[in-house]
Amino acid sequence: MNAPSNLALEIIGLNKAFGGLKVTQGVSLSIRPGERRLIIGPNGAGKTTLFNQISGDMRPNSGQIKLFGEDVTTSAPYARAHRGLSRTYQIITLFAGDTLEQNVTLGLLGLLPSRWQMWRPLSSYRDLATEARRTLDTVGLLHLADHAVSDIAYGEKRRVELAMALAQKPRVLLLDEPLAGLSNSERATVKSLIASIPKETTVVMIEHDMDTALDLAETVTLLNYGRVIVDGERDTVIADERTREVYLGA
Amino acid sequence: MKWISAALFAAVTLLLPFFAGDFYINLASQILIAAIFALSLNLLVGFGGMTSLGHASYLGVAAYISALLTSRYGFDHGTAAAISIAGTVVMAAFFGVIALRATGLGFLMITLALSQVLWGLAYRMSDVTNGDNGIAGLTRPAPFGVSLESAASFYWFALVVTVIAFVMMAIFVSSSFGSSLKGVRDQPRRMAALGFNPWMIRWITFIYAGFWGGIAGLLYVYYNKYIHPTSLSTTSSAEALLGVIAGGSGTLGGPAVGAALVLLLKNYASAYIERWNMLLGLVFLFIVLVMPTGIVPGLQKLMARFQGRSS
Repeated sequence: MNAPSNLALEIIGLNKAFGGLKVTQGVSLSIRPGERRLIIGPNGAGKTTLFNQISGDMRPNSGQIKLFGEDVTTSAPYARAHRGLSRTYQIITLFAGDTLEQNVTLGLLGLLPSRWQMWRPLSSYRDLATEARRTLDTVGLLHLADHAVSDIAYGEKRRVELAMALAQKPRVLLLDEPLAGLSNSERATVKSLIASIPKETTVVMIEHDMDTALDLAETVTLLNYGRVIVDGERDTVIADERTREVYLGA
Repeated sequence: MKWISAALFAAVTLLLPFFAGDFYINLASQILIAAIFALSLNLLVGFGGMTSLGHASYLGVAAYISALLTSRYGFDHGTAAAISIAGTVVMAAFFGVIALRATGLGFLMITLALSQVLWGLAYRMSDVTNGDNGIAGLTRPAPFGVSLESAASFYWFALVVTVIAFVMMAIFVSSSFGSSLKGVRDQPRRMAALGFNPWMIRWITFIYAGFWGGIAGLLYVYYNKYIHPTSLSTTSSAEALLGVIAGGSGTLGGPAVGAALVLLLKNYASAYIERWNMLLGLVFLFIVLVMPTGIVPGLQKLMARFQGRSS
C-alpha cells in the first residue's frame, strides 16, 4: 500500500495542545536524507515542542512521526535513539561532575549492548575512551578531556553537547539552538563544526541567529503559533513576504 | 599513611573477637548487618536518586520467610535461605513495578505505603506470623558444619558476608550499568535520548537493592533468633535512610559509617535517655548543618583542607 519512504524524517499532521493552548497545529514536514533543515520562528512558535515530539519526550495528541519510513510516533525516546536519532538541548544537559571524556563515553555506551553489564568498570573500556577522545578532538576539546564539565566555559559546554550527539554517529541529528549564548568567535567555531557534519547525517536545526544559521541551511521551515507558515528552499523562504511579516518583523 | 590506617582498620575488624567482650562483638555484628542494609538502600537513594521509605520490607520479608520455613515447616537453613531470598527478589520486582510509576516524592510515598501493608499483615495475620508475639525460638544455620552459636563465630560469618556485599555493590556501581544508573539519576531525559532505558535501569537496581536487603534480613533473623513486626516498621526503614544520609549517600563507605552511628546511638543513648530518638534527631540535625553531604564526604573535605594547609 505505502511505497517505501525515502525520507529521513517525515511528520504527518502533528497536533499537540496543553489544555487550550495549541502548540503544534497540523504540522507536516518531509526531510530527505542528508538534508540540512533550519526551523525558525519567534519565541513560543512551538519549535522546541516539535523537537520534543520528534525525540519522544512528548507524545503528540494526533499525527504521525516516521523515521526512515518507520512509524515511531509511540516509540520511547531510547528506542528512537537506537533507530539513529540523536539530539542536543537548548538548555545544557550534561553530567556536571564527570569529565568530558566520561560524558562522551556515556553517549557512546547508550547504543551498545554492554550498557547492561554489571561487572566490568566502565573506565576499563579503553576503546570507548579512545573513541570519546577522538570525538572531543573533532570539536576541538581534546585538551580538556580530563576536566570536569563543571570546570569548563559555557561555550565549551555547548560543544560537548554537540560531541555527545555526534559520537553516536546519528542518521538524524536534532540541534536545538546550538549557537545560543555564544560569542562571535565561538559561533564561528561551532558553525564550521556543524558544516563539517558528514552528509550521512541529516541535520534539523532550530536557531535564532539567522546570519549564521542560514549559511548552514538548505531548506527552511517557518513556524508561528504552532503552524507551518512557509516551508521550502532557503532562498524562497527568505524571499517570501510572510517570512518578513512573521519573523523579520518588517 | 592511608595504607597504614586501612591495614589497622582491617586488623581491628578481623581480630576484634580476640580482645573484645561478647557485648562488643555482638554490637559489631549488629553494625555489620545494619551496614549491609544501609548499603543496599544506598543503591537506590545515593546512586539511583530514588529515596525509599520502605526498604525494611525486604529485610523483614526475607527474615519472616526464613523464620517460618525453618521453625514451622521444618526446612533446613540452606533451602530456607534460598527460598526467602528468591521470594524477596520476586517481591522487589513486583513492588518496583508499582513504585516506579512515580519518581521523587511519589516514589517515596508508594514505597512507604507498600511497606506499611506488609507491616500491617505481620501484625494482623497472626495465625501465620504470630502477630505481636513474633516468632521466637529460631536457630542459627551452621554453614559447612561450623556452628554460629558463639558471638565470635557469628561475627566472622557476618563479616565475610559484609565484605562480599560491599565488594559486589562496589563493582555494581562502577560498572557500565552503574554509570548508567548515575546518569539516569542526574539527567533522565538526556539518558533516554542517548539510548538508555531509564525505567528498566531503575527497576533492575530496585530488585538488586531488594536482594541485598534480603541478605541483611537473613543475617538479622539469624542474629536475633527472633522476628517481630517492628522489623517491617517505618522506623526500621527510616533509621536506615537516616544512616545513609548521615554517612553520605552516593558514597561507598558513608552508609556503613552512618548505620554504625545510628546503631551505636540507639544502643548507648537508650541506656541513659528514654527518648533516644530525640538525641538521634539532634545528631542528625548537627550533621546536616555542618556536613550537608554526610560524614564521610565531610571528613574527606576536612582532611583535604588540613593537608592542603600543612603542605
